[in-house]
Amino acid sequence: MTTHDDNLALVEKYGLKSASVTQTLRAYLRDTWNRRAFISELANASSTQQYADSLIGRLWQLFTPILNAGIYYLMFGVLLGTRRGVENYPAFLIAGVFAFNFMQTTVTSAQNCINKNARLVSAIHFPKLVLPLATIYQQMQQYIVTLGVLVVLVLATGEPLTWSWLLLPVVIFLQLLFTTGFGLMAARIGARSRDIGQLLPFFMRTWRYVSGVFFSITVFTSHLGHGIGQYLTLNPGAVYLDLLRDVLMQTQTVSPSVWVAGVLWSFSFFGLGLVYFFRGENTYV
Amino acid sequence: MSEELRPTVVMDEVHIKYRVVLGSGASSAAGALRSLIRGKAPAQVVKSVHAVKGVSFVAYEGDVIGLVGRNGSGKSSLLRGIAGLQKLADGDIYTSSQATLLGVGAALNKSVSGNRNITLGGLAMGLSRDEIDELRPSIIDFAGIPDAIDLPMGTYSSGMQARLRFAIAASRQHEILLVDEALSTGDTEFRRRSQARIRELSGHAGTVFLVAHGHGMIREVCNRSIWLDKGVIKMTGPTDEVLAAYEADMEGKKPTA
Repeated sequence: MTTHDDNLALVEKYGLKSASVTQTLRAYLRDTWNRRAFISELANASSTQQYADSLIGRLWQLFTPILNAGIYYLMFGVLLGTRRGVENYPAFLIAGVFAFNFMQTTVTSAQNCINKNARLVSAIHFPKLVLPLATIYQQMQQYIVTLGVLVVLVLATGEPLTWSWLLLPVVIFLQLLFTTGFGLMAARIGARSRDIGQLLPFFMRTWRYVSGVFFSITVFTSHLGHGIGQYLTLNPGAVYLDLLRDVLMQTQTVSPSVWVAGVLWSFSFFGLGLVYFFRGENTYV
Repeated sequence: MSEELRPTVVMDEVHIKYRVVLGSGASSAAGALRSLIRGKAPAQVVKSVHAVKGVSFVAYEGDVIGLVGRNGSGKSSLLRGIAGLQKLADGDIYTSSQATLLGVGAALNKSVSGNRNITLGGLAMGLSRDEIDELRPSIIDFAGIPDAIDLPMGTYSSGMQARLRFAIAASRQHEILLVDEALSTGDTEFRRRSQARIRELSGHAGTVFLVAHGHGMIREVCNRSIWLDKGVIKMTGPTDEVLAAYEADMEGKKPTA
């Protein structure tokens, strides 16, 4: 008998397992679920680290969106005057900026999360899905604070509290699903090629401009004919921004097709992102 | 005599290859553009390294196995292969349970306190919050840092950090524990305690693989050793015999060093 046969006989007799067996998606998701405490602890440690050397620490989570809102209002509302055709422009602008920033920051940091944790990946065995989920969870915590600021500011601009506000959690849930899916795709691509990290800011800037963060798409594309504006309003960037404005502002309403697009984008991106990231599991080591 | 013992790790004709990026081929943007025009990849020079070439070995419960060999002989690659952290080019490695590389330091965060790092490291190793809270007092005690435990880990001396890392990693019973030069830091007293801890871990029907710079450590705790040379097993056997042969070989080749 050769060594190889001896080895296999031992493996057989004592029921040893190979480390290189590929998991099913179901087992993978179960393993990830069992690591949920690790996910939240990684997110918390990372948030602490982010503000470690600042005097007021995590209070920046509150001040950053407020400062952002002020600067964008000054630039676009007062100096550039992109308010054309929009009632209650401050609320419109701030909702757009906050909602888009969440998607941009989340996708950008998810793209980098495998490389950033390369030491951890090479030292400890765990489902790598933990890393993008921790990043997304951390951004989500920030977004909740930001949304609190948003609600206060929107009410301060004179918007009444209406029944449609009850749909706010639904909009946020759909947006979170979409962003998670997008982030997972970006995480796998970013782990494979660092060139993507260089290109991503350009993509994000373009996406920001076509999503109507600072202006009303329908007003600004009216000279291009009907078609283009219609397509732009159905792009996921614009969809979640407009849904958010729809539920918070009386003067902003969207057609039912935007709601349909919101649901379709979120579930398809979430599903695809999950499967796509899982398929790359063995390439992250 | 090892026939009655249960095998914990079976390495079957293992080959490991990996690619290393030797760095940028061009030193400026203009240089990168020139090589792109000539049809070459501008940024990276990649080299494939055949680190482990056909290693077969069986480890049993209670074994403490030392890995010796020169830098680049494949010791670390093999450990990472056992832990399932390294793709194998060929062959396979079978284990009785998931092997743990004592590398929990990678999970820790210098901005948060020692206490929160115990939680973070424990969760990274797959412990539950309850298990961690149960182990916490003994970890703090073993690391010998009760006064500093609520301070950010970044404020610790490198010795304190090394002790905390080892204390977290060694706090639980691992059936297969892989140690890669983690014990090179720390004072003599801590070294003695960590050696004792490694023996204790292997005593509980576990298996330990140890890579260490100093042969003293391997001679102290390892019953068997593997001598790796350029990715091939040159010798296996009782630690004394393997170390004697390896050291004799090193002496013979000393002039180049």
